[in-house]
Amino acid sequence: MAEYSVFSLIRNALGGHKDWIRAWRDPEPKKHYDVIVIGGGGHGLATAYYLARNHGITNVAVLEKGWIGGGNVGRNTTIVRSNYMLDGNAHFYEHSLKLWEGLSRDLNYNVMFSQRGVLNLGHSDGQMDAYARRGNTMRLNGVDAELLDRKDVQRLYPHLDFSAAARFPIYGGLLQARGGTARHDAVAWGFARGADRLGVDIIQNCEVTGFERDGNRVTGIQTTRGTIGCGRVGMAVAGNTSRVAAMAGLRLPIESHVLQAFVSEPLKPLVDGVITYGAGHFYISQSDKGGLVLGGDLDFYNSYAQRGNLPTVEHVMACGLAMMPYLGRVRILRGWGGLMDMSMDGSPIISKTPIDNLYLNAGWCYGGFKATPGSGYVFAHTIANDTPHDFNKAMTLDRFATGHLIDEGGKGPTPKLH
Amino acid sequence: MIRIPCPHCGPRDHAEFSYAGDATKIRPADPDAATAADWHDYVYFRDNPRGPHMEYWHHTQGCRAYVKVLRDTSTHEVLAAGMPGDTLEAGR
Repeated sequence: MAEYSVFSLIRNALGGHKDWIRAWRDPEPKKHYDVIVIGGGGHGLATAYYLARNHGITNVAVLEKGWIGGGNVGRNTTIVRSNYMLDGNAHFYEHSLKLWEGLSRDLNYNVMFSQRGVLNLGHSDGQMDAYARRGNTMRLNGVDAELLDRKDVQRLYPHLDFSAAARFPIYGGLLQARGGTARHDAVAWGFARGADRLGVDIIQNCEVTGFERDGNRVTGIQTTRGTIGCGRVGMAVAGNTSRVAAMAGLRLPIESHVLQAFVSEPLKPLVDGVITYGAGHFYISQSDKGGLVLGGDLDFYNSYAQRGNLPTVEHVMACGLAMMPYLGRVRILRGWGGLMDMSMDGSPIISKTPIDNLYLNAGWCYGGFKATPGSGYVFAHTIANDTPHDFNKAMTLDRFATGHLIDEGGKGPTPKLH
Repeated sequence: MIRIPCPHCGPRDHAEFSYAGDATKIRPADPDAATAADWHDYVYFRDNPRGPHMEYWHHTQGCRAYVKVLRDTSTHEVLAAGMPGDTLEAGR
């Protein structure tokens, strides 16, 4: 039963669900692949999928040290948006959002993409001016954006703090109605299944331990499941980018930091879109199971621990309480940490590298999840053609040497601030 | 919670500190002699190790001095702390 449809569902329901085939195979690694993608997260799986679908390259392996869905693709707050301003970013993220819009049908897998809107709150005249500028830039780039005043926001979310006691009164907000959320696990599983059906080998529990080189080329990947020969190699390993790149002799403009996120006990429908606080770093949405999914700042120190500390928890919750005081009565069910590959300008790197057949996909900072389809799409293009796609041609590794930074927040080379 | 043994104030909660990043990066001593590649390395490249990491913390809500800390990035354990000019070794 390869295709998912209402008919296959009914047939299997009547047959006791015995005929479903596994969503992707569990193959032994072959001796050689045309392309090896290191990292079976969302980006790696999407890359393999688009290599096969768009470029006809199907002799592809995805190497994953753990299991599919166990890394950042399962550790995010599932927010999808494309409210970027700089040319190097804007068209890429908008392309990614357009892919999201057709993704469930494309993959024959319900990724539960829900365009429930992403609202950034503004709390001062200056911030509203900045939002007007951002919104106008987005619209000039063909991206939807709507500037809301206080009354508009109150109509959408009457339960935010509109009282006279609000520490940072809500002046209005910038709404991207096409933004929203998706089910993160389904994104990983859908891309894994889609890639597998096109012939890609997804090899789990296979950690990369080294690179075999011949001059300026990688000829093979040493792994815990043996050495595997390769034509080209794409690396998409998020928080572990510096470590894997170091095995290939590359040094990178990246620091790994831990970002925490939380989910509350399930509640009745309350927050029907994504809301971000403007006077601090806080974002919240509600999952389809009813849990409030929320997060905020990094812990602000280098970390590979996949867990954070209490002062950040307190800080995130304080931001949330300032925006929605009733959150004080909601119990938090779980919290977790993911490793962010923080780049030096806050924008990603999807690029060729100084090694001829090694390609890099990294530096996602907080923003990797929304980029999953777009990242795979342009990274596959970059690997297949040995040249970047129009949408990632600014996201080069050498931009830090040439000064062509893409610093959306104007924060400078301080990774923790991006 | 991370506890940082500030050489001036004793063991303090890390929430009193601001993280100031990698302490192994040395600013080129002679700016005029430094090449673009030297600056590129100094400003942007980080070893970003998993394990012991030499870093600066600013005791913003304490003595306001910079403290050098050797901390394991895989466990958050502080292995050593001292003055910015100190050479730190784990366990000291």
